[in-house]
Amino acid sequence: MSEAALIPALSPEEVAEIEAEISHLPDRQSAAIDALMIVQKHRGWVSDESLSAIASLIGMSTAELDGVATFYNLIYRQPVGRHVISMCDSVSCYVMGADGLAKDLEAKLGIRFGETTADERFTLLPIVCLGACDKAPTMQIDEDLIENVSADKLDDIFEKYA
Amino acid sequence: MSLLDTKPLTGRVEEVGGPVFLADYEAGGGYVAARKAIGQMTPSEVIDEVKDSNLRGRGGAGFPTGTKWGFVPPGPSPDGGVKYLVCNGDEMEPGTFKDRWLISNNPHSLIEGMLIGAYAIGATKAYVFLRGEYFEPKAKLAKAIDEAQAAGYLGNGLFGTDFDLDLRIHSSGGRYICGEETALLNALEGKRAQPRNKPPFPPASGAWGRPTIVNNVETYCNVPSIIEKGADWYRDLGLTEDAGTKIYGVSGRVNKPGLWELPIGTTIREIIEEHADGMQDGYHLRGLLPGGASTDFLVEEHFDLAMDYGTIQAAGSRMGTGTMILMDDSICPVDMSRNLQHFFAQESCGFCTPCREGLPWIESLLLDIEEGRGQPGDLEILDQNAQYIGAPGNTFCLHATGAIEPLQSALKYFRDDFERHIVEGKCPYRTNGNA
Repeated sequence: MSEAALIPALSPEEVAEIEAEISHLPDRQSAAIDALMIVQKHRGWVSDESLSAIASLIGMSTAELDGVATFYNLIYRQPVGRHVISMCDSVSCYVMGADGLAKDLEAKLGIRFGETTADERFTLLPIVCLGACDKAPTMQIDEDLIENVSADKLDDIFEKYA
Repeated sequence: MSLLDTKPLTGRVEEVGGPVFLADYEAGGGYVAARKAIGQMTPSEVIDEVKDSNLRGRGGAGFPTGTKWGFVPPGPSPDGGVKYLVCNGDEMEPGTFKDRWLISNNPHSLIEGMLIGAYAIGATKAYVFLRGEYFEPKAKLAKAIDEAQAAGYLGNGLFGTDFDLDLRIHSSGGRYICGEETALLNALEGKRAQPRNKPPFPPASGAWGRPTIVNNVETYCNVPSIIEKGADWYRDLGLTEDAGTKIYGVSGRVNKPGLWELPIGTTIREIIEEHADGMQDGYHLRGLLPGGASTDFLVEEHFDLAMDYGTIQAAGSRMGTGTMILMDDSICPVDMSRNLQHFFAQESCGFCTPCREGLPWIESLLLDIEEGRGQPGDLEILDQNAQYIGAPGNTFCLHATGAIEPLQSALKYFRDDFERHIVEGKCPYRTNGNA
């Protein structure tokens, strides 16, 4: 089993961060998305166990919270690799050749969109317009925006993400 | 004459040569407007000034900002409850990249605009609803909020009055529909971002059932200069019937893609040829989406039109966000339409059947046509679906209507291309390495 299975579904640190969000809101349930994002920040994704623990912490049913979690593009309900590559597939990047680049990216990593490399280094996902359309094609790796991406730059781009 | 006289949104950034934080912002006259509004004007005087300025919402819909603010019941709520002011910083309209720039480069102008707006409607709590992907803008905005708090521009007893404002950032979980203001409010409340039934509209009942104003980032950024220099000055900035400046953007195969703050009403041709430095060698411009993915295509006959709300609407499209996406002659209009419908199908919230079921179906029909499996009659089916799915009132919000705008106009202006795909049984284009 992975390390995550050995630690509780919610750590004291996560609970403290979630409670801090709740203190600024009119009711506990309004912190649902913040709570999911906090757990994901610490663990990379939101497991069933964490989801249930968050639900009881904020006073929501697990099913209702899962309805929230699965609605949002940036909340992962499956494990992801150490780094998440989110490649823009919207129209400005498309016009600048993003569909071809997407195929290059899949070939380079040996995975399809939605998959994780065998060494768990990268998960590859599509993402909606990253709002940097004058520097298309764009992608985001973890929290870094990467602009003017081309196939010949991929090795250099990946280097800093071990 | 200062750059701020003609470029209220970006002039200070240009003068400073990078992101403007508190010291630079104040040295350029920052927070003078907030001090004036909160210290010397009544809330209704502020609203009247914004109404007189003819400022219209810069998020795409173009609703008059002062009028919207005037819908909030004035004065303290009878039940003592709070009112909210929200900034829509959920910039997810494909092809739009202006709010990222504004938040990253001029965050105090957003804070000051929100401060003035909150005072005008009597809100004591404010949220910036920010895209979850906007890490750098979030860091810069958070820094600016900390600076404003330390300087006494946010918090309690502002500018020597009893006006309080608590301003916080909410990072979105990511869904295009969050840009719809009532869906945004549901997301802010920690729920699925499904649009709400209207009425009631947010100024009457918004976040947590309280009176709420939601405006776009660029809209708020316009407010300080209107208060400081007056509605007359602001109206005179525009070249046509609309007032002020607009941040226009161009993406696609031009020599210099980018953003420019220009008088509202600048022509499409001037924006593309003078500011974006024209098309790259070997590429010819066939059409463009004037203000994001959810606006109708415009073509050659429209390129001398002024980019303002009324002119672009009269041409059958919308100015939208004012950031245009160019379709050059290497791009297949059928495949570009497929790309657009893929986005809208994926981002449908799923509440209304025509949108949830219809958009994926349109996407799949477009893929069939693109890949040579189109049948005679397919275009008529697309026309019909565009008509039924796009008609406002057939769905709860305007997501499907927006999705249909680029499709119906592509079917109108590029019909020969669609027909060729069906007749020849293949795509005649090889688009920009997207083969």
